Amino acid sequence: MNESVVSQTVSTAARTQELVYELKVEQVMDRHVITVTPENTLEDVRGLLREHGISGMPVMEGEGLVGVVSMQDVVQSLVEGRDKEPVKRWMSLNPVTLYADELLIHGVQKFDRYRYGRFPVIDRETRNLVGILTKGNLIRGLLRRLEADFEEQEIRRYRPSDWFSELDSDETSVGLRYFVQGSDFQRAGEASSKMKQNLRKLGIPPEAARRITIASYEAEMNMVIFTEGGQLITSIEPAKVTVTALDRGPGIPDVELAMKPGYSTAPDWVRELGFGAGMGLPNIKNCSDEMKLESKVGEGTNLQFAVFI
Amino acid sequence: MRAACQKTAEAQHERSSMTLREIIETLHATVILNKVGNNVVVERGRAADLMSDVLARIKPGALLLTGLTTPQSIYTAEMADAVVVCYVRGKKPGEETLRLAEKKKMVLISTSLPMYESCGRLYQRGLKGGSET
Repeated sequence: MNESVVSQTVSTAARTQELVYELKVEQVMDRHVITVTPENTLEDVRGLLREHGISGMPVMEGEGLVGVVSMQDVVQSLVEGRDKEPVKRWMSLNPVTLYADELLIHGVQKFDRYRYGRFPVIDRETRNLVGILTKGNLIRGLLRRLEADFEEQEIRRYRPSDWFSELDSDETSVGLRYFVQGSDFQRAGEASSKMKQNLRKLGIPPEAARRITIASYEAEMNMVIFTEGGQLITSIEPAKVTVTALDRGPGIPDVELAMKPGYSTAPDWVRELGFGAGMGLPNIKNCSDEMKLESKVGEGTNLQFAVFI
Repeated sequence: MRAACQKTAEAQHERSSMTLREIIETLHATVILNKVGNNVVVERGRAADLMSDVLARIKPGALLLTGLTTPQSIYTAEMADAVVVCYVRGKKPGEETLRLAEKKKMVLISTSLPMYESCGRLYQRGLKGGSET
């Protein structure tokens, strides 16, 4: 292992330790709890354990938690030939529980102290069962959070306001250009998809990235459906993202009419693909803060839209 | 007996989101592709066969119900930050769509229920639509 891997592992371990002091039980617990009643048999329990791939479950009498029954109880009851007996004879009473709003560290400590496989989670005020915490939930929850942290870090590294300010110019913009093929339905959407990934990488806020790429996707579909192809040109500036959709024709005869929601000249086969309902241009307008459409029949269309960030 | 045993704890709480697991249960859906696990939380539902209709209103974290199985169903979900695509009326996507969904880590499920019933069942379980807060 080289040094950077070691230091990264150490920092991940340190971060994991921090996380158990940051996260609450309710953020990682499983809210979907399989329960049994005291009157169910151990045979029922065995069926449920197998069906849901779990190793134990809370025992509920009405709304109240009265015990926990586990795989161990099932195995022991089988050994003794008593698996037709009700759960109430086998369950562990006075189960150790966690509160939903407790810090995860308390869960970790309880796993250490009691060696149980799971802890029912209850609401501090209502005392109702709201979830269950297993070691699996715990590990998955931590991993999920670490992954999210990592992504956040990656994005922060590129935050446009940071690197933009380092570039010495009177005006700075970054351009991304995508070529779109007319009538290529298999790939229709690919350009906007790539654009979205890049905008996220560049640290554009998610809601702005979402709006600009929904608009861009509609523009891309229009290009594939109606034209012989063209380009999507994205320009990223410190305060806004602009997309210019340029195509090589045939052009829109009546721009005002084309902007009307529901107006479409798309043939039926386009509708079968889920488009051509006359919502493309109106959607682009709704998603963007600025929009400009110029078109000349026989020459092509120049559609420009922008979202402020 | 089964029904009593499987009562979920969260049913005791008012809420508008659902986990993927609950959605699968509610729609008797089959999983086509899932690399993210059944605990994914879906915040709201959106249903349409016309992708522009989907894009006009959809909010992030949604379940997209559709009968359209082209690659555009995946691109639409991606652009709109949807987390799960459910094909209704027993439709199954083709190779191209599957490959794309895999690349985008999109969750795909399929139900044999028609659109109306799929929406009705989910709404009954508390999953809200895009126009509700």
